[in-house]
Amino acid sequence: MSDIPPEKIETTFKKLDADAEKFGYHLSPDTDFVKELIEGLLINEETYGYWACPCRLADGDKADDLDIVCPCDYRDADLNEFGACYCALYVSDEIKRGDAQPEPIPDRRPSYSERKIEKAQIPVQEDEASGAEAPSGLAYPVWRCKVCGYLAARDDPPPVCPICKATKERFERFM
Amino acid sequence: MEHVDGIDKGKVVLYALSTCGWCKKTKNLLNELGVAYEVEFVDKLAGEAREACIKEVAKWNERTSFPTLVIRDEICIVGFKEEEIKEALGV
Repeated sequence: MSDIPPEKIETTFKKLDADAEKFGYHLSPDTDFVKELIEGLLINEETYGYWACPCRLADGDKADDLDIVCPCDYRDADLNEFGACYCALYVSDEIKRGDAQPEPIPDRRPSYSERKIEKAQIPVQEDEASGAEAPSGLAYPVWRCKVCGYLAARDDPPPVCPICKATKERFERFM
Repeated sequence: MEHVDGIDKGKVVLYALSTCGWCKKTKNLLNELGVAYEVEFVDKLAGEAREACIKEVAKWNERTSFPTLVIRDEICIVGFKEEEIKEALGV
């Protein structure tokens, strides 16, 4: 299907699996399916320069696709509601144990036209994830990881989320 | 658009992403059922062809999610829904 070397897929699989287990997540027990998705992620890295979700159509503009960079902003909500993320790379304990199977689920991501409306409504200051002032009564501003909800009270968001490994630009101002 | 030979069940068009595991499952199902179909990998298209294809998919599935399967220009099935696909194809 692609020119991605099988060793690269294998190395990425082992790293993702180890990271997931370390932080309370699970990859799907269907290893062949997981490796196909990882191959898709690596193809998207070559195509777009980032890990766009293999099961969603990326726009190619990183700022517009940030919410679907794996792990996506919708993973945890989908794990809670459906037991799997949209592409079923990540699954619940129940599915991991083999007590349930992942099913196709609706896409939680707003549609293209909904995203355009949302984008127009976001105040400019929220886009600038740095140098914010602390709210009154607090020593630091608080940043929230949009992927896993991790909160960090510090001048700037951390370069990488210590929980889910999402990068700095995935943080939003929380307080 | 790539044509796959098989039993004629009317016009069957699969809009898919080349990187998507659920799209692959859907394609494999159509192959197993042995029906003739067309498949378009939308992520492989660029520029105007891509825009035109997204508009076509949106006519059937406003969210333009994948796989989107359009059967006889009548029925649209979004996602790998095995039983629904078999029923719609009458197999």
